[in-house]
Amino acid sequence: MLEDGSVYGGEAAGAFKETVCEIVFNTSMTGYIEILTDPSYAGQGVIMTYPMIGNYGVTEEDFESGKLQPCAFLVHEMCDTPSNFRNEMTLSQLLVKYDMPCMTGLDTRSVVKRLRESGTMRGIITADISNKEALMKKIKAFHHSGLVESVTVDKPVPLSNGSGAKIALMDFGTKRNIGRSLVERGCEVTQYPSFTTAEEIIKAKPDGIMLSNGPGDPSDCVGIIKEIKKLYDYGMPIFAICLGHQLMALANGGETQRMKYGHRGANHPVKFIHDDRTYLSSQNHGYMVSGKGLPSNAEINCINVNDSTVEGIIYHGKPVFTVQFHPEANSGPRDTSFLFDRFLKMVKEGRYDD
Amino acid sequence: MIDKSIKKVLVIGSGPIIIGQAAEFDYAGTQACRSLKEEGVEVVLVNSNPATIMTDGDIADKVYIEPLTIPTLTKIIETEKPDSILPTLGGQTGLNLAMELDEIGVLRDNGVRLIGINADAIKKAEDRQSFKDTMEKIGEPCIDSLVVETVEDAVDFSEKIGYPVIVRPAYTLGGTGGGIADNEEELREIASNGIRLSRVNQVLIEKCIAGWKEIEYEVMRDSKGNCITVCNMENLDPVGVHTGDSIVVAPSQTLTDKDYQMLRSAALNIITELGIQGGCNVQFALHPDSFRYAVIEVNPRVSRSSALASKATGYPIARVAAKIALGLGLDEIPNAVTGKTYASFEPALDYCVVKIPKWPFDKFVTASKTLGTQMKATGEVMAIARSFPAALHKAVHSLEENKESLLLDDFMDLGTEKLRKLLHNIDNQRLYVVAASIFKGISLEEIHDITKIDVWFLNKIKVITDMEKTLKSGKFDAETLLEAKRLGFTDSVIAKDVGITKAAVKNMREFWGIKPSFSVVDTCAAEFAAQTPYYYSDYGVENEVDPSTDKKKIMVLGSGPIRIGQGIEFDYCSVHSVWALKNAGCEAIIVNNNPETVSTDFDISDKLYFEPLTPEYVTSIVELENPDGAIVQFGGQTAIKLTKTLNDLGVKILGTDADHVDAAEDRERFDEILEFCDIARPKGQTVFTAQEAIAAAHSLGYPVLVRPSYVLGGQGMQIAASDEDILEFMEIITRTIPDLSEHPVLVDKYLMGQEVEVDAICDGRDILIPGIMEHIDRAGIHSGDSISVYPAVTLSPKVQKTIVDYTKRLASALHVIGMMNIQFIVLRETVYIIEVNPRSSRTVPYISKVTGIPAIALATRAMLGEKISDMGYGTGLYKNSGYYAIKLPVFSFEKIIGADTSLGPEMKSTGEVLGISKDYNEALLKAFEGGGVSLPKNAKIIVTVRDKDKAEVAQMLKEFKDSDFEFYATPGTQKALSAAGIECKTVNSLTGEHPNIMDMLHNGEVSLIINTPTHGRLANRDGFKLRRIAVESGTSCLTSLDAALSIMRSTFIVPDGNISLTDIATLKIQK
Repeated sequence: MLEDGSVYGGEAAGAFKETVCEIVFNTSMTGYIEILTDPSYAGQGVIMTYPMIGNYGVTEEDFESGKLQPCAFLVHEMCDTPSNFRNEMTLSQLLVKYDMPCMTGLDTRSVVKRLRESGTMRGIITADISNKEALMKKIKAFHHSGLVESVTVDKPVPLSNGSGAKIALMDFGTKRNIGRSLVERGCEVTQYPSFTTAEEIIKAKPDGIMLSNGPGDPSDCVGIIKEIKKLYDYGMPIFAICLGHQLMALANGGETQRMKYGHRGANHPVKFIHDDRTYLSSQNHGYMVSGKGLPSNAEINCINVNDSTVEGIIYHGKPVFTVQFHPEANSGPRDTSFLFDRFLKMVKEGRYDD
Repeated sequence: MIDKSIKKVLVIGSGPIIIGQAAEFDYAGTQACRSLKEEGVEVVLVNSNPATIMTDGDIADKVYIEPLTIPTLTKIIETEKPDSILPTLGGQTGLNLAMELDEIGVLRDNGVRLIGINADAIKKAEDRQSFKDTMEKIGEPCIDSLVVETVEDAVDFSEKIGYPVIVRPAYTLGGTGGGIADNEEELREIASNGIRLSRVNQVLIEKCIAGWKEIEYEVMRDSKGNCITVCNMENLDPVGVHTGDSIVVAPSQTLTDKDYQMLRSAALNIITELGIQGGCNVQFALHPDSFRYAVIEVNPRVSRSSALASKATGYPIARVAAKIALGLGLDEIPNAVTGKTYASFEPALDYCVVKIPKWPFDKFVTASKTLGTQMKATGEVMAIARSFPAALHKAVHSLEENKESLLLDDFMDLGTEKLRKLLHNIDNQRLYVVAASIFKGISLEEIHDITKIDVWFLNKIKVITDMEKTLKSGKFDAETLLEAKRLGFTDSVIAKDVGITKAAVKNMREFWGIKPSFSVVDTCAAEFAAQTPYYYSDYGVENEVDPSTDKKKIMVLGSGPIRIGQGIEFDYCSVHSVWALKNAGCEAIIVNNNPETVSTDFDISDKLYFEPLTPEYVTSIVELENPDGAIVQFGGQTAIKLTKTLNDLGVKILGTDADHVDAAEDRERFDEILEFCDIARPKGQTVFTAQEAIAAAHSLGYPVLVRPSYVLGGQGMQIAASDEDILEFMEIITRTIPDLSEHPVLVDKYLMGQEVEVDAICDGRDILIPGIMEHIDRAGIHSGDSISVYPAVTLSPKVQKTIVDYTKRLASALHVIGMMNIQFIVLRETVYIIEVNPRSSRTVPYISKVTGIPAIALATRAMLGEKISDMGYGTGLYKNSGYYAIKLPVFSFEKIIGADTSLGPEMKSTGEVLGISKDYNEALLKAFEGGGVSLPKNAKIIVTVRDKDKAEVAQMLKEFKDSDFEFYATPGTQKALSAAGIECKTVNSLTGEHPNIMDMLHNGEVSLIINTPTHGRLANRDGFKLRRIAVESGTSCLTSLDAALSIMRSTFIVPDGNISLTDIATLKIQK
């Protein structure tokens, strides 16, 4: 049941438990493992619009974090006879293993159309809809809090001893492939908890800082925003993705806003204004930087071709640039992975240059 | 940004429909021309195929239906002076011509440039070596291969790349002498044999990757370098079967995101390196057990796959490609489906698409049905559903092959040992063999080991066969029924399996509320609201169709997959009908399942239902839409077959009513009508058994024409000269139509006369005949395979008057409203009728174009109640247009190994070309040239004919005694010709001593073979072998003496040089 009172039927799969969460949809046709393990989905129930999910089974190698992150998974049809050379278990088995509730047989398209029209809603997944009032109470009582804290590491974790640049990866719920993309480029990467102070980071003398993606409303992260501002003022080379991008904007006086139904999929076109080039990107966000209140040195250099929303900002005079989309892909297109090279170039040269 | 220097663009079409190059290029060309015109560019189009929408007068500014040859194109370029040529819309034909125009300097001399792709990129993609080098440069793996001349080199190379390897000898007929070698011993044997058989003593050794997954990506790139992939597709049939002959699913099902993105990135790298500005298709082989892959092929143009991708996703590839060629960026081209997003977007599907090829093996009973690297399908169907089993089922139903279940009796009757053997055959039946094998309990692992079909697909087929088991066990409750419907089971299969009536299933469905709903294809998985009404059915989901409208609602039934006898012409008719309906203020709904066609383009109709054209699916649409009327005249036999269903549902059939259609098809009723009209027909009888057929033949006297009633394209029609012939044909007929009691066989006296054809538009009172067409080939060759001439040149005014009069009488007696096609035979000034089809025919597009009469639009208006006399074209026979227009059939014999090329009453051509000119002989030459047959003035011509034709041939050749033709004949024919005073050299027959015909053919010195076949369809005769060798060596071979005479005469008469051009668009304006 959604918070507008509409009810959709289906069958239970995975672990069964009544769950209240925010319901969002993702239009990617592949990548359900990466999506299920993306910490940005913490607190959410994810609907896959592609109707047959589980076709290629599960391989833990493709996990983007240590566990399944959403509150629930909702699909049209679950495939229990997967086929792929790396397949280790069926999706149902994975969901049971990680205690994730799942609904199958759902008319996903119908729900998605409702979310598209009414905006993202909260909802409850339950076996008993006889008392709608009680259910509605539960839905209304649902609020996110402390999402970032719930997904970040509890202490600094070194990811590699590369001979290249020394990068501090601020973990707000990072996908593994952000760290991996830096490690592959020879960096020495350390993953820091979200609550690490700017002073601690500066003391560790990284060559550059990577702000990760993460779940929830960026304006909730009051403390983190302050630390980011300090790092910014200190002049650290910083590259930020998704939540990190939003936090950087907030740190500099910008505003963020909740989107009607967000961007979640692997087909979002992002225009790089300087290059006059458009790349396809992977996206997963329900909030965005509005463009208002940004300092005069902030230039919006990337926009979404579909709806002209802000996709990237360069902070002139500082070695800082941020993007809303996911250059680390996983799932989704790898078209913008060159941004990691740009970041490392910036770290080396001390200024952003595209 | 649009490149303002592009003002006038020449678009090259793909020519006649042949296997491997079909309706998809009409769809792409039409969409692209409209897209170019939208941007204010002047479009000049050239295409020799008259049956297409793209060659309509209003699709481009100038339309040339002319042969696709270098001299003609050069002349068009010189006349029209375009600044650019867009060569990527006309298939391989278009690319090759563009390449040649560039190489010989025509482009440079005339200041024309290629847009969309440059000559360098074409070379990189098309030339084997350049392609390999290019892929190597960007680190994309290709399939390892090497040309070798010795066995030792072959062994060395194979050691390097690893076994198994494929050995392909160079320049042997039909790939003889090649094979797959699993080890050195086998290689030594195959390679030495191959090297010996190869004319140049070379073989290609290639790494064998049969069994790898075959994955395709459709990619777009603009001039700024922006790239996207429209979609990817996975072939159910692994590498080894041509993708055009494979069952294909979109998107890929068994690829993880890593696999998917790896290949996607590779596809983008490739299109970037090639520098294509437009669309491109990249085919990969993906190792099933690792991340290893190889690039199989790149098509730097729109293709069959891109048409499929367009229809599968709603992304209009050709439209976007045309705009890119003009300089627009992907981020500047709006997505016409959503109206909100842009072309720089990758469609997200929330359904699954299955394509199944349509093969012509029903027409070529002698042909090998094995599938391999040479495509054999003439067309394809596409189906959409949310699950693979449902989409697969729907695609099978769309084939119209009377297959409703995957479990065919043919295979269900076999034991598992037999099935195990059959699983090794890679042919058109494999899907059904697999289904029967699964049903009978052969393990999926074993089936996978033999077929290499991914277990994912096998498991999904098992879901289907398991459900059949459940149903056969008699289980029938709401849950089971809903699940069966979700899996795509038809009511009739459920009824049969459960053992109840179809009506009972339908009743219970209604009782339990199990109804199909219709969902929208919107490119974006519902993320944005869609503007275009493009629907598919499924069960258990929300219905998205709003049937309300204040307009009159008319449903047009399409013609399904392209097949021999029911080709692109019917799509032309459907589209024109839809346009006419829209012009008349109606809401036009089209139902069709052919992804290659214009009719299934998203912006043609008001509503498009992508569904099987079978009673159950059409019923569901009717029950939802409740249309005010339906049109079945334009969709060939596919639509006609649905008449009863529509009638039973109470849908008004616009135009000629069902009862009168039946009167024209039913032998006895038709005889009564002819009697009433006082029109003669060749005598004939209706029979139900072979014995009756022989008796009929004896009473009529041989030769007789034997054919099944109620089939299109003369399926199974043959001339019989003896009892043996009758027995042979009856056996073939009963093989395709098991129940003769419903569809009996007709035996008619065969008249050797002049065949004449008319199409007429009728309103119930008046008729309008655009023109009378006569066939060059004598009666006995199927009208679709005959060379057709407009206007009639041999008919006396009196005969012409009789034909018009008969047409009027029949139109009136059969109460025809709309289109009617009549075939006559004229023998000694007497006009006989062969058959009347109260519907559109394959000659309608061409006659419309050359006369300027929009026949389908007028017919549609007549069906809506308008009077012909009010339409402004007069009544009766329309005035002569002043042009000769000659339609010539085109065949695809080189693709179908083992098919007999001799012509007869059964249609074999896949397409057609038109020759148009004010001069009869020039029109004829152009038609032949367009069809790929042309003779030099000093052509070497081999004549080898059956005994009874020898005298006639001798008479015929006398005409050429002053020509430079050099005649050769086999000893028997030579003797007859010499005796008649024809100068003619002897050449030994195929099996005779060297040098024989084979040697002459291999040397490429022969321009034409004239060969008349002895009777029968058995493939083991010498003539048959000769005709096959002619096909495989690329030598023209005519089995019709009339056709042979025509081309020789025109070649002899028409001087070389100056060719005339005719612009169809201007012709239309003049009217």
